[in-house]
Amino acid sequence: MFTSQEIIETINMVKQSNLDIRTITIGISLFDCSSDVPQKFIDNMKKKIIKYALNLKSVANEIEDMFGLPIVNKRVALTPISLLTFSYSYEDLLKVASAIDEIAKELDIDLIGGYSAIVHKNYDDNAKKFISSIPDAIAQTDRLCSSVDVGSTRSGINLDVISHLGYIIKEIAKKTAQKDSFGCARFVVFANAPDDNPFMAGAFHGTGEGDVCLNVGISGPGVVKRALEENKDASIDEVYETIKKMAFKITRTGQLVMQYACKKLGIPAGIVDLSLAPTPKVGDSIAEILEEMGLEKVGGYGTTFALALLNDAVKKGGAMAATFTGGLSGAFIPVSEDSGMVKGVESGALTLEKLEAMTSVCSVGLDMIVVPGDVEPEIISGMIADEIAIGVYNNKTTAVRVIPAYGKKEGDEVNFGGLLGRAKVMSINRSSPKRLIERGGRVPPPVISLRN
Amino acid sequence: MRAIITVVGKDRVGIIAAISTLLAENNVNILDISQTIMQGFFTMIMLVDLQNCKIKFSELKDLLIKRGREIGVDVNMQHEDLFNAINRI
Repeated sequence: MFTSQEIIETINMVKQSNLDIRTITIGISLFDCSSDVPQKFIDNMKKKIIKYALNLKSVANEIEDMFGLPIVNKRVALTPISLLTFSYSYEDLLKVASAIDEIAKELDIDLIGGYSAIVHKNYDDNAKKFISSIPDAIAQTDRLCSSVDVGSTRSGINLDVISHLGYIIKEIAKKTAQKDSFGCARFVVFANAPDDNPFMAGAFHGTGEGDVCLNVGISGPGVVKRALEENKDASIDEVYETIKKMAFKITRTGQLVMQYACKKLGIPAGIVDLSLAPTPKVGDSIAEILEEMGLEKVGGYGTTFALALLNDAVKKGGAMAATFTGGLSGAFIPVSEDSGMVKGVESGALTLEKLEAMTSVCSVGLDMIVVPGDVEPEIISGMIADEIAIGVYNNKTTAVRVIPAYGKKEGDEVNFGGLLGRAKVMSINRSSPKRLIERGGRVPPPVISLRN
Repeated sequence: MRAIITVVGKDRVGIIAAISTLLAENNVNILDISQTIMQGFFTMIMLVDLQNCKIKFSELKDLLIKRGREIGVDVNMQHEDLFNAINRI
């Protein structure tokens, strides 16, 4: 039997500290669905996704009931669609996008990812056609997520695609203008994208994966914050130790959910992603953890330091709790999805430049950042280039999910509702990198890529 | 399958009876029970065996929560494995 203290602590983790599982994501390979006839591919794909994911929602609900642990999102990630549709016309690509969205609705899952392309080397005509279809694909769907990998430590950075993506993001913003350019929240640009990431918008089922697997993304920043609150005078090594211990416990719940879900669905286990992921709820915020460590406001000096140790402690604690870890593992710092981050921006303490510095030690990058709608595409490309450089030269994953909210100015507010939250339009540096971005071409990989 | 039931609330006569009667009605065996007053609140923790339970986990949970509400206490039921996962290596 457990001690009363253990039982009360476990119940409080869920009830008062918002401990939840962020996502169960089934990754499905579509290679065996391919066909040069688009309708045939759609039919095969539909059959296969439904076969594996039909019970995803009901099994997740059952697990929620048994453990009293909310599972916030149920998702599916697919083989990058661009790999299977080389010969398709623009119209056929859009048909595929719609079909995927319909499947997600039929299964009543939250999001479906994989309308993706991996173009860290050459940007050929097929990739160009596919990437050009992304704005329409997103605008005409509700649950489809899309991503593009534009660089890796092994292969360098593809500036051709980065310069195109500035325009693509602007177009998505324009085409979803009536929803505060919400479409941009379903599109992310990556460097060193992991194959087994359960978090949207960047989830896809990588080429090295098997036919199907189940990945779990954990959450639980509230639990970490509460643990830190209990010892306000702790030294920084004690803070680190506390975070590590809580990360262990949180990850154990992820591993448990994974085991149950795999058994119930008859799907092999993939990875547990060790990320602390915030929600817009007060008390479920990464920024609040950083402030609990001793910052007056997130964004002030000391923020990068605090985030670095949080990220590392989460990885260390979580690594022992799960058999296979992967994905993005660390701490997420999306702005709109985190009430503390939003407050940091509103108070002026948190700027885009500080966020960029923070991304060199966190698990993703510039995430859910709202900028003025009239920003030039080259500036967006410049932001992407900077962020991708941080990833490529430091041998880590980075990403950009930026929302140039159509018709909005600096200081305006946008509200996406639900998990994606609300945010103030941030101020940006308007100095133009146009001449640099328009050079195009490919940046050779850094010297660390020669290690073998 | 075993589960942990916790009951927290203001102390009064008949809490244990109300909960344990409901469990007996549904053929749920109580394996362990501890009860204390923590920070002025009545706190009861039960380990129960659901192997022969007549109804589904979620139905029993709903009944327990409803019964708890009737007598003014918070009732919670979670699968034992959650506590094992978090507290035991």
